[in-house]
Amino acid sequence: MSAHSHAEGHLPHEPEKATLEGRNKVLGFWLFLGGETVLFGTLFSAFLALRHQVLDGPPAHELFSLPLVAIATALLLTSSLTSVFAVHAMHTHRVKALINWLIITVVLGLGFLGLEIYEFYHYVHEGHGFTTSAFSSSFYTLVGFHGAHVAFGILWISLLIVQLMKKGLTVVTAPKAYVASMYWHFIDVVWVFIFTVVYLMGKVV
Amino acid sequence: MAFMVLVLAACGREDLSTLNPQGPVAEEQFGLMKLAISIMLIVIVVVFAISIYVIIRFRRRPGDKTIPKQVEGSHKLEIIWTVIPIILLIILGVPTVQSVFNLSKDYTKDPEAVQVIVTSHQYWWEFEYPDYGIKTAQELIIPTGKTISIQAKSADVLHSFWIPSLAGKIDTNPGANVNTMYFSAPKEGVYLGKCAELCGPSHGLMDFKVKSVDESSFDRWVAAIQEPVALPSDPAVAAAFESKCLSCHAVGDKGGPAYPNLTGIGSRESVGGILVNTDDPKYDNEGSVYDNLYRWIENPDEVKPGNQMGKIDLTEQELEGIAKYLSELKLNYEQ
Amino acid sequence: MAHAHTHQVKRYSGIMDWLTTVDHKKIGILYLIAGGFFFLVGGLEALLIRIQLWKPMNDFVSADTFNELLTMHGTTMIFLAAMPMLFALMNAVVPLQIGARDVAFPFVNSLGFWTFLFGGVLLNVSWFTGGAPDAGWTAYAPLAGTTYSGDHGVDYYVLGLQIAGIGTLIGGINFLVTIINMRAPGMTFMRMPLFTWTAFITSALILFAFPALTVGLAALMFDRLFDANFFDPSGGGNAVLWEHIFWIFGHPEVYILILPAFGVISEVISTFSRKRLFGYSSMVFATILIGFLGFMVWAHHMFTTGLGPVANALFSIATMLIAVPTGIKIFNWLFTMWGGSIKFTTANLFAVGFVPTFVMGGVTGVMLAAAPADFQYHDSYFVVAHFHYVIVGGLILGIFAGLHYWWPKMFGRMLNEGLGKLTFWTFFTGFHLTFFIQHFLGLLGMPRRIWTYLDGLGFNEMNMISTVGAVLMGLGTIFFLLNVVVSSFKPKNAPADPWEDGRTLEWTIPSPPPEYNFAQTPLVRGYDAYWKEKMDGHSGMTPAEPIGPIHMPSPSILPFFMGLGLFIAGFGFMYAPDWGDLFAGFKSGYAVGIVGLLIVFLCMFLRSVYDDHGFHIEEEEILRDKGGKA
Repeated sequence: MSAHSHAEGHLPHEPEKATLEGRNKVLGFWLFLGGETVLFGTLFSAFLALRHQVLDGPPAHELFSLPLVAIATALLLTSSLTSVFAVHAMHTHRVKALINWLIITVVLGLGFLGLEIYEFYHYVHEGHGFTTSAFSSSFYTLVGFHGAHVAFGILWISLLIVQLMKKGLTVVTAPKAYVASMYWHFIDVVWVFIFTVVYLMGKVV
Repeated sequence: MAFMVLVLAACGREDLSTLNPQGPVAEEQFGLMKLAISIMLIVIVVVFAISIYVIIRFRRRPGDKTIPKQVEGSHKLEIIWTVIPIILLIILGVPTVQSVFNLSKDYTKDPEAVQVIVTSHQYWWEFEYPDYGIKTAQELIIPTGKTISIQAKSADVLHSFWIPSLAGKIDTNPGANVNTMYFSAPKEGVYLGKCAELCGPSHGLMDFKVKSVDESSFDRWVAAIQEPVALPSDPAVAAAFESKCLSCHAVGDKGGPAYPNLTGIGSRESVGGILVNTDDPKYDNEGSVYDNLYRWIENPDEVKPGNQMGKIDLTEQELEGIAKYLSELKLNYEQ
Repeated sequence: MAHAHTHQVKRYSGIMDWLTTVDHKKIGILYLIAGGFFFLVGGLEALLIRIQLWKPMNDFVSADTFNELLTMHGTTMIFLAAMPMLFALMNAVVPLQIGARDVAFPFVNSLGFWTFLFGGVLLNVSWFTGGAPDAGWTAYAPLAGTTYSGDHGVDYYVLGLQIAGIGTLIGGINFLVTIINMRAPGMTFMRMPLFTWTAFITSALILFAFPALTVGLAALMFDRLFDANFFDPSGGGNAVLWEHIFWIFGHPEVYILILPAFGVISEVISTFSRKRLFGYSSMVFATILIGFLGFMVWAHHMFTTGLGPVANALFSIATMLIAVPTGIKIFNWLFTMWGGSIKFTTANLFAVGFVPTFVMGGVTGVMLAAAPADFQYHDSYFVVAHFHYVIVGGLILGIFAGLHYWWPKMFGRMLNEGLGKLTFWTFFTGFHLTFFIQHFLGLLGMPRRIWTYLDGLGFNEMNMISTVGAVLMGLGTIFFLLNVVVSSFKPKNAPADPWEDGRTLEWTIPSPPPEYNFAQTPLVRGYDAYWKEKMDGHSGMTPAEPIGPIHMPSPSILPFFMGLGLFIAGFGFMYAPDWGDLFAGFKSGYAVGIVGLLIVFLCMFLRSVYDDHGFHIEEEEILRDKGGKA
């Protein structure tokens, strides 16, 4: 019932936790990310078990181009920072700033995704297709699962931006923005591991 | 309790039961099983005794409205039933760990041991003796008392190599993933082996035999299996045999290596692993060597559904001739 | 509260009510019906297996069909019967036990049910489209790969379980949040009833175990549908990797199943002994410890895989350790009964029968933990006996106990005690007859999952006894169904506390409870909240709030369509290789798959864009309910 009492009234400092629904959503999302951790943990394990099975395909150290990946990493890390700014703006009730930071986050995410698609396209032309070897299958599955998460995040945050524009910042939209930012941080952390385990370790064999 | 263990020990066929071990490896495993069963029987007796006492003593009488004392717990009791299980587990855990390491000894480099490479196929077993350069199928001939060092792998799906009365099982994995185990059979005899991992429709029919013979017989067998084998004397049967059988199978120095080697099939214990050769058939799956071979070749799918051989297009005369020829392919190594 | 009247929400009735409900009590009933249905299907498969094995060299079913039966029996029973029936009890009981009006995410709760149902239906459609999965419920590669399982059977397994698994995962998250955030005032963690505790730990296990299965199934799906090389040795893949992934999920799954049964037994034994659960804190601690250790022991399913002596020794010892917290539980139950006043209702018969039965399954578990001995037991009928003792003797007896115990709360009607006791004795006798003998079959050398066995091996009599037992279990199940049917014609007159010795919050409200459960949120003053009030001479709970309008979530059809969308998508991707191209280079199967996924995304979009304001149940209605039923 409290969902409505705040709707048009004064927003508290942390609007995402103002209602029980909001608190449930934030807690539920933390738990969901716990499950996602296991998901990516399993994908990492599979990749680590199979990464030396390159067969006829190009091995990791010949394939990967670190500068490209470094740029992608920089984009994604920056987008994580901008999503922090977005949540900060939300806590000080600056809807416009919140929306703008989210837009920047999405744009950076799109940049990352574009680079990743280019990277995959390039690899396939180098003879590193999805079906080439156990290494390639587990590589595309791990990095692709992450990429799919980024793509989903971009769609989700874009939809949120529209909702924030229409509905403004309320105790209903605030938890959504908050968990979307949690999700985005999570994706970012996963990428740090991918960068280390897949690319850096791939380079040093 | 000791009585129970004795009863268990008396159970089952000598050549098949894990409770009637015929070699040191199965013996060691049975020892651990006996220890575990004894400890567990103590647990069961205690729990059953308390259960029965409680059920009878504290059942509610009709019309009973009293409220029993609400007990929160008892630290003393709770410590007792935490510590005693831990002690029991230590009693079981220590020999378990010792045995794990003992049974993982590697004999693959041991010159005293007989080296055997086991390759499992849907649904038959290939046995290669790398030191002698010979391959056979379905029947593992071993010298009595010698340590047999097994390197096990699979040519297709997962299978598991199990000779219950001689040793526990080891999975056969595909790829370069080779597993090792060892066992020995101090007594002469034929022991039944089984596939213990679901591998397709005929998984349950993927039996094999281990035949333990004295050392001189084993040496004679090694020599005999390498000798050249003559083709069927009837030219028509010989032609059919060469074109329709030897494309996959091998006899002596002839034929392909892909499918079970048939050298000496007439003196094996069984055809296809499960049609038991005997002159005194009692069950459905028993018959003379000739009858079994005939039955198998006539329609292998009837015997082992889903096997790779499939029905071979043979005339009645060719079928009889080949069955007869194969039934007479004997290795005379036993005295 | 001006808004309460501005959002008029339609309250459906009839079939639309069931399709759109977000009420945990109704979703619990839906889970029970669906899980019960799949239990019957799995049971029928079990009977066919036992008929095939009742004599040597039988050909009642073909070898192919037999492998389909054993695969579908295992998969159905674990994922589509046992788990949903547990979710039925959890849904029906957990919110009531913590004094909540609903779960944290009613919409997600409904979504969890519909995805499970559509996943389960997809899996079973395989029977009618040319072959069910036949590589075992473990689906070990490479047998489960396309080279050796070329038809669509395993595709159904992969996609059906994937979809059902999503439902389970979100259900788990839902219960975790519900239990953490929605407890009534005074209901601290250490005052929660043990069933709620076990539901909590089980949900945590679901959360951390199911994603591993998700990845495993996705990888197997990629191998099968898109020629990836995860488990195919010829492409550099590793068959043992599948075993690891499967069991990292699979072992916790065993505890996911058994822990709620432990909870049920704790509630039932305590209630019918009229006694507080002995050693409550140690029971909670043991539950947590079992859940934790459950993640450390997966490789004991792989002792014969060739992991080496160090791994085998470590996993042996870790596995044995689980016996300690389990033993604590067993003795706590026995000492709950000790000094009590034990009433043998049907529910309690199942609970009391559970204790020694589960101990028998437990001790064989410790025996299996000794790796060298396991080389002999592994994949023999000894293992079949062991896990049926744990799952049927543990979980199913627990579910039967729970169903008889909470039936009046769920449906407002008492089950017939005479028929109930008949159910117990036939099922219980049949169970021991079926499975006790199988220990010996295994020790005498009978491998599991075999289509038939040769005559003269000494297996004949024992297999026949086992089959007779299975028939008795079938009879027991029929008696239970009969009981359900008979009772449904009886008046709906169960009192709020039908066993008269109820100790927990669910017995303080009408049977069945009104939509909003608690007219006033109760104030909890101690463990066994209701019992405490009774002993203090109160007739009910002290309310924590005045009577006022209650906010309820709106019903929604979206979860149903999301399940349907996943079902369609699964079909499309599965048959993409067969259905040809829609236009050059683009398979029509993919088009169908994408349409299915679009339905899912559209529903998510709608859910996100249109805020659910819910509706209010007004004071007058609540007072009317109270007047009518109190």
